[in-house]
Formats: sequence, structure tokens, C-alpha cells
Amino acid sequence: MKIRSNIAVSESGFVFDPSTGESFTLNKTGQEIISLVKQGMDYEQILNSLLANYGGEKPLYERYLVEFFEELRNFNLLEE
Amino acid sequence: MAAKHNITVGVTGLNNIDSPGPGIPVIRGLKESDFFEVRVIGLAYETLEPGIYMSDLVDKTYMIPYPSEGKEALYARIAQIQAIEHMDVIIPNFDAELYSFIRLEPELKRIGISTFLPTLTQFEERHKANLPEYGKKYTVNVPKSIEVTNPSQFEKAVKELKLPLVVKGKYYDAYIAHEESQIEGYFNKLSAKWGLPIILQQFIKGTEVNVIALGDGTGQTIAAVPMRKQYITDKGKAWGGITLADDAMLNLTKSIMTQTKWRGGMELELVRDANGKLFLIEINPRIPAWVYLAVGAGQNIPEALVKLALGIDVAPYQHYDVGKMFIRYSYDMIVGIDKFEQFTMTGEL
Repeated sequence: MKIRSNIAVSESGFVFDPSTGESFTLNKTGQEIISLVKQGMDYEQILNSLLANYGGEKPLYERYLVEFFEELRNFNLLEE
Repeated sequence: MAAKHNITVGVTGLNNIDSPGPGIPVIRGLKESDFFEVRVIGLAYETLEPGIYMSDLVDKTYMIPYPSEGKEALYARIAQIQAIEHMDVIIPNFDAELYSFIRLEPELKRIGISTFLPTLTQFEERHKANLPEYGKKYTVNVPKSIEVTNPSQFEKAVKELKLPLVVKGKYYDAYIAHEESQIEGYFNKLSAKWGLPIILQQFIKGTEVNVIALGDGTGQTIAAVPMRKQYITDKGKAWGGITLADDAMLNLTKSIMTQTKWRGGMELELVRDANGKLFLIEINPRIPAWVYLAVGAGQNIPEALVKLALGIDVAPYQHYDVGKMFIRYSYDMIVGIDKFEQFTMTGEL
């Protein structure tokens, strides 16, 4: 799983797709997940990293993470 | 830096209103030229075109006759203005006046005025009504279109195009009809304003994208910048837009330029459907009102067009900034009645 190569993600969490002109904003958690994706982590690794950092129930993380990736897919930001 | 070349350019389309003409953004591009020092002569049809009163951009404005008065009347007035102003180039910016200016090209040249316009064949074949043939000839995806001149033709057209469909005026304006009963109202509105025929066009659902481009008349694309409208007014005009990195749009533009050998400025209006397929909705045969975005992104199309008109070599632009935006705004000028009076009574300001 990778963010498409031409997608620009700024440190403030602003995401810009130069091929469509669409822009998006990420909250802190979104920014953290994108940064983990950029480090080359897969879904399981990202899930474990979030669990290790923040604790809590795994199913809850799974639900939100799946939803988040679904959104990235819908906005055509991922290259899989 | 080398000294700039002093030139005088006549520009129409000073109606910088809610459905803006391209004149003022064209002038802004010319004024920012590193190559030319431009004296701008505004050519206006109406006394309230805002550009007439923008003395920081327009040095002098003259009233000219409406295209409906014919090319002879237009030529007579321009010759009169030329005797005073010695214009080097005229950039016409309205679809409706292009026919006259194209026909007048040799006469204007004889009195020292250059233009850089499409040929009559290029101008005619890209008419909305001819779009289906255009698509076939140049292998471009176009929506199905049917030309209508009276309401008895609606039923058959609806069967073929399905609803919703787009009702388009000969030169400008378009409405989406969701029911057959709406078509007649739009037909009457558009035909009263722009004449017949009216074009009924298949509605393509998708994202509206546009390309501004300049062809040198030999098949070469001198400039091309793709844009997506980010904010669209109720008149369908872009109030905000952003430049895109889109090879498909640029390749389509170059393919059209190469095949048609387009001469002058143009705007391709495109829709990208859900599958990413591009449909050509319309070709505007002139510089569009959002040209200043191209200037801001690194391609000074008005300057390049003037160079081409004057026979100066222009290397094709290779770059533009992606992610450059324009945000349009309205601005109230305060104008003394004396200025309005002068323009109304003398046709000059």
C-alpha cells in the first residue's frame, strides 16, 4: 500500500492531488497514519503501531483504520 | 535587460462583470510582459463595460458598433480609431465578433493592424452544432448533440439523448433540462438572446475541466494550461480554479492543435466522467476569461499571441506551475458622471 507518488502531503496535514486539483485535510491521527504508510508499513503494522502508542481495543482501531483506508481509496489517493 | 518594444494593442471584451469577458485579464497579461510596453486601446460595445473606466489598465477606450451592424460598419469605425491610435494588433475576445474580425483580417492588415485568429474553416468547424462531425474527424470523444430550430424537434431529440440533457445557445449560455417540459423555456430564452439554432446535447456526468491553449497555425502548441473549476457561479462561470498536472488533457490539446493547425487562442471545455474518460463539450475559439491564471502559472498567453500576430518567433512554453489557483472577486469602482457622460456622448474616454 502506497500513497500515489504525485500526491503532496504537507506537514500541516494538507493533501493535494495535482491531477484533479482536489485538496483534503488530515487531522493529527490521519497525518500519523499517512506518515506510517510513507514509511512503508502495511495495514497490520500500522494497526499494531497505533495500538502500541495509544492502547485500547483492537476492533475499534480496525474499524476506523479500514474506514480511513476506504476513504483514501475513494479519493484515489492510494496506489496498490 | 533589453529595452521593451513599444506597441499599441486594441482589446475588446472589457465587460468584466459576473459573466466576464476576457479583455481585462488579457490586458493584465500584456501589461506584465517583459518584452512589450503596451499602450492599450479598449474597444467597447456598451457604456457600462467596467474596463472603460479602469484607467490604470486601459489607456483609451472607443465605442465600436455591434457585430450585428456588419463588418463594414466595424471596419469603418476601426479605421477611424486607427487614424488616431496607430494600433499594431487587435485582440478580439468575443465569439460573436470573431466572424467579422476574421473576415476583416486582410483589410486590417492593410491599415497596419495585425490579428492572430483562426481561419474561417477552423472557426466554423468547431461550432457547437458541428461538434459530432468534429469528434469523428479528429477522433475526439464528444457528447451526442442535435441542432434544433423549433420545438417540434424536441421529442425525437429527447428519445435519442435521454434526460437530463443540456440546452445550449449558439454562442453562449447553457441550461440543464431535467424534464422535457423545461426545454421549451430554455429554447426561447436562448434563441431570443443568441439566435438559432439551439443545440441539445447529451449530459455527461463528471468533473468539468478546461484547457487554455495557443496554437501557432502550423500545428504547434505554443501554450497549454489545464484547469479545474473549483467554484462555479449560477451562470456556470468559474469563480475559482486550479491548474492541474494532467497529461491526458495536454495530449488531447496537442492532438487537436496538430490536426487542425489551430491559429490563435482557444479554450477546450471538457468533462471527465467517472471512468476517467474525457469528453470534449465545446471549443471556444478565443482566449477565455480565466487566462490570467495561465499568466500566473508561467505562460503569458496574451504576450505570446501578440508576438505571433507581429510575426515574432515564439518558442513553445514547456512548463507551468501546477496547483496555482485563481480566485475571482468583484470590486466597486467609483466613477464620476462626467466620465460616463463623455463616453456616452462622444464614444471615447
